Amino acid sequence: MISELYQEIILDHYRHPRGRGTLDEPKIHHEGANPLCGDEVIIEFRVEDGRISDIRFSGRGCSISQASASMLVEMVKGKTLEEVRTLIQKVYAMLRGESTPDPQEMGDLSALAGVSHFPVRVKCASLPWHTLEEALNEANHAAK
Amino acid sequence: MATMQLELDAREIRKQFPFFQPHPEMRSLIYLDNAATTQKPYAVLDALTNFYAHHNANVHRGAYGVGAKASELFEAARERVARFINAREPAEIIFTRGTTESINLVAASWGGSQLREGDEIIVSEMEHHANILPWMQIARATGARIVVWRITDEGRLDLNELRRLLTERTRMVAVTHISNVLGTINPVADICRIAHEAGALCLVDAAQSAAHMPLDVQAIDCDFLAFSGHKAYGPTGIGVLYGKRALLEQMPPYQTGGGMIRKVSWEEVTWADVPARFEAGTPAIAEAIGLHAALDFIDSIGRERIAAQEHALTEYMLARLQEVPDLRLYGPKPDRAGIFAFTLTDIHPHDIATVLDSRDIAIRSGHHCAHPLGERIGVAATARASLAVYNDTDHIDALIEGLHYVRQVFGL
Repeated sequence: MISELYQEIILDHYRHPRGRGTLDEPKIHHEGANPLCGDEVIIEFRVEDGRISDIRFSGRGCSISQASASMLVEMVKGKTLEEVRTLIQKVYAMLRGESTPDPQEMGDLSALAGVSHFPVRVKCASLPWHTLEEALNEANHAAK
Repeated sequence: MATMQLELDAREIRKQFPFFQPHPEMRSLIYLDNAATTQKPYAVLDALTNFYAHHNANVHRGAYGVGAKASELFEAARERVARFINAREPAEIIFTRGTTESINLVAASWGGSQLREGDEIIVSEMEHHANILPWMQIARATGARIVVWRITDEGRLDLNELRRLLTERTRMVAVTHISNVLGTINPVADICRIAHEAGALCLVDAAQSAAHMPLDVQAIDCDFLAFSGHKAYGPTGIGVLYGKRALLEQMPPYQTGGGMIRKVSWEEVTWADVPARFEAGTPAIAEAIGLHAALDFIDSIGRERIAAQEHALTEYMLARLQEVPDLRLYGPKPDRAGIFAFTLTDIHPHDIATVLDSRDIAIRSGHHCAHPLGERIGVAATARASLAVYNDTDHIDALIEGLHYVRQVFGL
């Protein structure tokens, strides 16, 4: 069902994105894109005391990619890097339809579970999370 | 709702396509992505099967009956293509993988041997990447320069602008017959004439026109013309490059290998004559034979009639798209082909396509392999519906209803 994909909460994040914007330096900046469809998500964040202290996103694309980015910003702010990595894997599992989200834990993200029934759209929903994962890996690499 | 009498009965035409037959496990689809690829009639599938079942052998060397038959069928396909576009002779027809490879062949072979530093290649702003990137690559390699022929605000090409751009350094004008985004039909015969007056050659990308309107390379007087089989009801993996014989004869091979030489020793190689010189390796034999059947299918209906039918459907589509609030259509309004790129307020084209898919309507969304054009018209992505001979007003009505439903899903 199409209503499973385009739930009110997803459209709300799309129309009223949380944390859209950019940060001043110092920051970690990472760009993700889906060259096939043109979706792009840019994530900027700061890490303080092992936690993501501030985060913003920008870019353009479909409702699913942009709503997912908005939810990401809302969900990861204040979390430790370890918690964020765990969350990223949980989101992937949910988008592949391998797990049913716990609404307590996943919050608005639970609404993205319906994406698993639309295989061509999974990459839209996962784009912001891939972008964040790449940024973390790069930051980790640079720190070493 | 407006009604319209069409000359061709699309329902009867669909009967010739397995894709449109009821299937117990599959929902029937309203297919409006014909600019990407068309469906295949039974006749094409039968030609492929019949070749593999009864005549499968490599071409040009088999000293046995089946091998000779395979060669005969392959060369008959070449003759059929020559007749389809009114080439002077079959030798002017080179089989390629598709439009993309055809243009790459010209850029690499003609461009690589002819272009000098400071030479200019005029490329229109509405080209598909397939008619941009091969020229950019060869320009980089030779020191030639790309000159962009901008489109008008209406989405057309201005011939006076072309006259202004042509210089004594212009060697080639690369232009599409029909834009795969805007649906613009370009006056390619005029463009070729103006290019020739300035001493330049002209390549026409006919990927979007071959199956939809009469095509006469002698009347157009283009130097090269390219199209793909799969956008003309034929198989994937087969395409056509037409070139004037005198030009082809001057050009070096594009790829080398089997089948394209007269004589090879460690000291010296003599290339085969055209077209064999440009067909290294085993060609797409079955696909060429399938293309033959596809062109027969097209001409069994008649391209004048197909063009008239699609023109009537285009008029109907234009009228009905106006009924959808907030819809913005790109490209010229009258005198255009059945390719419709549009946006619907801020609803992303992927979302439009997904909602329509939930109603079993197939359209395309994205940049349609034309980034520079997207930049010019100010949208990265559009939704695109495109027509073929098996579409009818019912399909357009379903699309319009679907677009109203898209608005509803997005709370408009």
